[in-house]
Amino acid sequence: MSEVKTNALLDVRHLQVYFPIKKGVMRRVVGHVHAVEDVSFTVGRKEVFALVGESGCGKSTTGSAILRLLEPTGGEVFFEGENLSLLSEEAMRLKRRDMQFIFQNPYSSLNPRMNVWKLLSEPLKVHFDLPPAELRERVEEMLNLIGMTPDQLERYPHQFSGGQKQRISIARALITHPSFVVADEPVSALDVSIQAQILNLMMELQQEMELSLIFISHDLNVVRHISSRVGVMYLGSIMEMGETEDVYRHPAHPYTQALLSAVPSHDPLNKSKHIVLEGDVPSPANPPSGCPFHTRCARCTEECRQKKPDLQATGPDHFAACHHIE
Amino acid sequence: MQNLLEINNLKITTLRGKSTVRLLDKVDLSIRKKCSFGIVGESGCGKSITANAILGLLPYPLRVSEGSIRYDSKAGEMELLKLDRKQLREVRGQEISMIFQEPMTSLDPIFTVEMQMYEALSFHHPHMTKAEMREKSLDMLRQVNIPRPEQTLASYPHQLSGGQLQRIMIAIALINDPRLLLADEPTTALDVTIQAQILRLMNDLKERNDTSIIMITHDLGVIAETCEEVAVFYAGQIVEQANVVELFKQTAHPYTQGLLQAVTSLGGESRKLYTIPGIVPPGGQWAQGCRFSDRCSRCTEKCRQAMPALTEASPGHLCRCFLHSEEVEA
Repeated sequence: MSEVKTNALLDVRHLQVYFPIKKGVMRRVVGHVHAVEDVSFTVGRKEVFALVGESGCGKSTTGSAILRLLEPTGGEVFFEGENLSLLSEEAMRLKRRDMQFIFQNPYSSLNPRMNVWKLLSEPLKVHFDLPPAELRERVEEMLNLIGMTPDQLERYPHQFSGGQKQRISIARALITHPSFVVADEPVSALDVSIQAQILNLMMELQQEMELSLIFISHDLNVVRHISSRVGVMYLGSIMEMGETEDVYRHPAHPYTQALLSAVPSHDPLNKSKHIVLEGDVPSPANPPSGCPFHTRCARCTEECRQKKPDLQATGPDHFAACHHIE
Repeated sequence: MQNLLEINNLKITTLRGKSTVRLLDKVDLSIRKKCSFGIVGESGCGKSITANAILGLLPYPLRVSEGSIRYDSKAGEMELLKLDRKQLREVRGQEISMIFQEPMTSLDPIFTVEMQMYEALSFHHPHMTKAEMREKSLDMLRQVNIPRPEQTLASYPHQLSGGQLQRIMIAIALINDPRLLLADEPTTALDVTIQAQILRLMNDLKERNDTSIIMITHDLGVIAETCEEVAVFYAGQIVEQANVVELFKQTAHPYTQGLLQAVTSLGGESRKLYTIPGIVPPGGQWAQGCRFSDRCSRCTEKCRQAMPALTEASPGHLCRCFLHSEEVEA
């Protein structure tokens, strides 16, 4: 195994997650859902890396597998040079002090029977042994950061709006001062005017706490705004990866081009010219041969049907997996 | 009647305990024939209940407390709010159809697509033979670009993808040639590439069949792509209404400006996104005076005390704000 790049905090190599499909009384394994297929990328310190793609492309599974909330079936994840796949469950649990997860739906990810104080002090109690005064101090400091006040500590999740709940989820993830956070669609359950508030908060906290962030989203506008590098996923594989602005301005892969063109423009006089993809995303239980995108691609040739393309450089820090890139 | 649908002074209330809470307040809308009309707003501002009220689909304890909804049907003008259940069933599907946000939950999982399409057909055409119904259903599925329509007819909803189910919903909604289609967030649950397919399909069908569409969405991008006229809802009221180009270019109301700025500042120069402070107030907890006043950056003393009327800021462009007219709502 080659040495880990010094500036990369997280190094994901050939990550693979298959889910078994079981049938019959004996629950025999009859096949696999290929959720994540050979995904590799790195995330630098204080960097925001986004995974973007349509539903079912494996972006959330990738996020969960990095933190081993799901056990990967193959590949390795290095965090600060340490191979996470080799850690015991207990060691991994302790590791999560530095690696946290923010979930999509604040309505279902906060325990309705815990008040804010319990919700926020729980991670500290699990990971640190703090005297009560200091515990209180840390919780109040965090509350302050997310724009809430100590008099709200006694309240329960149902007494808050969706945006406030998501603030609490964020606080709960960040209260142990992790250096790395996976945020899985943190704003997609929220209204437009609240989305902007939460995104601003996340960007502020990311700067202030010097976080590395994997931001998982299907919203291309949000991803463009928040991330510095992006990986575009389709059917479990990364199709294109690079600096966000570069990928958005000069998409190299036909899928990225279609995806970007499908976003409705906010100008009625200048409607975006859609490249409309025909058909649906194939089932990951029965992925197509060769390039995963070939069934919907306008540039598909015989080579695409047979051989899966590797990610190849199309520019400085810009990679695409397509046979038809000059 | 000149317009296809005219909603006048519509008020919808609900019960909370023993008190009545108002959810929709004095809404006036006119939908021209062959027009695609957009209703945009955040959750809880009254978009969906307006659509449900048109078809008499409000769930208890919601009810229309005042107002009229007049509709120019194939047989002549009618008042939708005065119809009994039997008459309403005649209107539904045949005159006015609706597609819902979640195609996965709005089709019945225990019936095949075929049975659900036949149900819609046979209800309005009791004498149709099975062969005719099959013919018509296949034709409809082809129109909405379903690959392998014969096979799809025999499938159950769980065997199909979200995009396909939404196409089938549209096919069922349009199978009796309605003149008005209510689309309540038809693409919100779908991915962008599928959304692009569905929006294009709806536009094509509108052109081909001369159907008017009321498109309800929270996505200003969808509005810009598909609608000719737009009403912006906030806290149970219309706060701005105009032609789509006018609305996006000469935005008058601070709330609409805020919404637009919040989405267009994404990917813009500044790292910091424009935000509207606070949250959408829930029904019954609206601010005194202008309902947007406690979130508005340009709020004055007058805004806190009196409610501005919906008046013309320029010809055909309505706005409810004291910045444009001093007129107070009666």
